[in-house]
Amino acid sequence: MSSIAQKKGFGATLWDYLTTVDHKKIAILYLVTGGFFFIVGGIEAMLIRIQLAKPDNDFVSAGLYNEIITMHGTTMIFLAAMPLIFAFMNAVVPLQIGARDVAFPFLNSLGFWMFFFGGIFLNLSWFLGGAPDAGWTSYASLSLASPGHGIDFYALGLQISGGGTLIAGINFLVTIINMRAPGMTYMRMPLFTWSTFVASALILFAFPPLTVGLFLMIFDRMFDANFFDHTMGGNTVIWEHLFWIFGHPEVYILILPMFGVFSEIFATFSRKRLFGYSAMVFATVLIGFLGFMVWAHHMFTTGLGATANAIFAVATMAIAVPTGVKIFNWLLTMWGGSIKFTTAMLYAVAFIPMFVIGGVTGVMQASAPLDYQLHDSYFIVAHFHYVIVGGTVLGLLAGLHFYWPLMFNTMLDETLGKITFWLFLIGFNLTFFIQHFLGLLGMPRRVFTYGADQGWDLFNLISSFGAIFMAVAVTILLINIVKTIAQNKAVGRDPWGDGRTLEWAIPQPVPFYNFKQTPLVRGLDTFWIEKQEGNKEGMTYAEPVGDIHMPHNSFIPFVMAFGLFVGAFGALYNGEQAWAVPVLILGLLITFLSMGTRSLKDDLGYHIHKEDLMDKKGGKH
Amino acid sequence: MAHDVQNQMRTKTEFEYTRRRSADEMRGQVTTFAIMIFLTLIAFTAVYADFSPNLVVPIILLLAVIQVIMQLYYFMHMSHKGHENAKFFLFSGAFVAFLTVLTFVTIIWW
Ligand code: HEM
Ligand SMILES: [Cu+2]
Repeated sequence: MSSIAQKKGFGATLWDYLTTVDHKKIAILYLVTGGFFFIVGGIEAMLIRIQLAKPDNDFVSAGLYNEIITMHGTTMIFLAAMPLIFAFMNAVVPLQIGARDVAFPFLNSLGFWMFFFGGIFLNLSWFLGGAPDAGWTSYASLSLASPGHGIDFYALGLQISGGGTLIAGINFLVTIINMRAPGMTYMRMPLFTWSTFVASALILFAFPPLTVGLFLMIFDRMFDANFFDHTMGGNTVIWEHLFWIFGHPEVYILILPMFGVFSEIFATFSRKRLFGYSAMVFATVLIGFLGFMVWAHHMFTTGLGATANAIFAVATMAIAVPTGVKIFNWLLTMWGGSIKFTTAMLYAVAFIPMFVIGGVTGVMQASAPLDYQLHDSYFIVAHFHYVIVGGTVLGLLAGLHFYWPLMFNTMLDETLGKITFWLFLIGFNLTFFIQHFLGLLGMPRRVFTYGADQGWDLFNLISSFGAIFMAVAVTILLINIVKTIAQNKAVGRDPWGDGRTLEWAIPQPVPFYNFKQTPLVRGLDTFWIEKQEGNKEGMTYAEPVGDIHMPHNSFIPFVMAFGLFVGAFGALYNGEQAWAVPVLILGLLITFLSMGTRSLKDDLGYHIHKEDLMDKKGGKH
Repeated sequence: MAHDVQNQMRTKTEFEYTRRRSADEMRGQVTTFAIMIFLTLIAFTAVYADFSPNLVVPIILLLAVIQVIMQLYYFMHMSHKGHENAKFFLFSGAFVAFLTVLTFVTIIWW
């Protein structure tokens, strides 16, 4: 990160980040924004657990409670987990495949800013008359009846940030297909790249149904279009289908990249090649495919009929097979390895039993008759927290520790990291394990309180108690981050000593053009191969030093996304405020004019010249 | 990526080879074009002949699918090398869309 080394002023740094098209800086933007929303969603979670800590509580009202759970789920999935995943994809994938950037650096920046403004828009609902309150699934029969503008904030905000996600997904697909270094065949791609590839394909196919659903919802609410209103010939179940056709692949978008991170961590800290590489790749692709054929398992109790339920139940259970293949391969990777228990490795090891618990409850729910009992109870809440927190969040925390040195050239404190790990793991299990039993005892999900005489008091109290552990764990993590940044102790290349893949072979801090010379990839775990052969540089090169073509920074993506943000306010207050239509037009005008500027004004980028690359400074102007 | 400009001269044999390839392809395109016009005529006839809609609609749908495939392979060069990824994604997308429509038709609107 040359910009930091140059000691720019605050304003210059800010401008640099607002205009950057460098994947490494966009990764940091995603990390900071996603981290911020993770804290926001966490605070909402704490409010939920305070309210449920004792029976007949009146800490928050029923209406406010609905807003909090809706925003908790929506924030955590769309504004915390997804961007944090994109942070690692951006930070790692181009380096891992030997590319100088993603395929479309401009779009990369646009994707981030759309996510950013969509997220801000959604959260402004708190201050502008109330947040959405129909659950993160926003079922039409609830959301069409919801007064105020909460649901409109949901639909418009997700539309904008969803567009950003789609852009990012397409960008990674093109990057991985086209920008791999010579020698990096598909079957030599590290698993994080593979899982990014499959997750991006899922994004490509899963987000359009959400877009369609949200548009229908917007039309229904704003122009009385009646797509989902059965009294007018519509059908409320259509929303459920559209949402889950998106929603189930979405949960795999959340977990697959983390499978990739864990695969890297297991291999690195077992100091062994990943066991069954090709089976892992095959399983990842298969999960991606099956992910599109199971969505109706969220709707068993909607009344689809026995045949449909049976088909979707069997398809759902089938997913457990490739997932099982992965679990065994991870275990066998550790088997006989010389294991080093770093913080990242601890997270990875803990992930296996946690995710298996979530998978087993998943298969239980997949059997339709049993799901009539489990559906909409706390059992479901326990299931998806075991897969999402036990899988995705543990993966994000593991990835944070593992890739921090790659992103910042410093290392998070391992002792504090381990304290965070244990507190988080204990708290997580205290909070959610017991919710299985709450569900079996009949406690429905999404209720704002419960009576004292139902036998749910103690379990709820334990659950809330566990949440405190997680809050403390996250606080210690934040302290760790601040401490690490303050100390700013450079760790250099290959800080774990056991890096296997290309990203660890690059000198630290990573030059802004990533690779002076494009590397030649000579096998799976290419850095490991070079190290084994005593190559001090860590890379074999595929080309002589030559001029490097780089894109210019641009402020246009920010402005384009900002235009949509402005326009969304116009759409939201349409028919209510006199200024609504002008604002809508103004917003769209900003967006289209900046798009026009981008198209009409040639920006061919610039070259870093060979001579500048040859001297010691490595091309810094 | 070093951007050094390179010029290539083609030999006579290479030139002949490309020429023959292009001619072959041209023939394929003309044939396909003729077939497609013929298929369109069938579709029109089916409608004008006043067959029952239960027959006409499936026929037209089927002909449309055939035309799309011909379009992709002969006019949009999907039969060429280097289109494997595009092909894979196209068919995956078509498959997902098909599943969706099938489900909607069978369990919502039937
Ligand atoms: C073996 C794998 C899995 C199976 C068989 C499975 C099965 C199911 C089923 C049948 C339901 C619906 C239950 C109901 O509402 O009655 C469900 C809900 C859910 N699952 Fe899974 N699941 C699996 C893995 C995952 C993964 C990996 C994630 C996310 C990372 C996930 C996230 C969720 C979420 C968020 C819900 C609840 C959605 C809601 O109603 O709000 N699941 N799962
Ligand atoms: Cu699902």
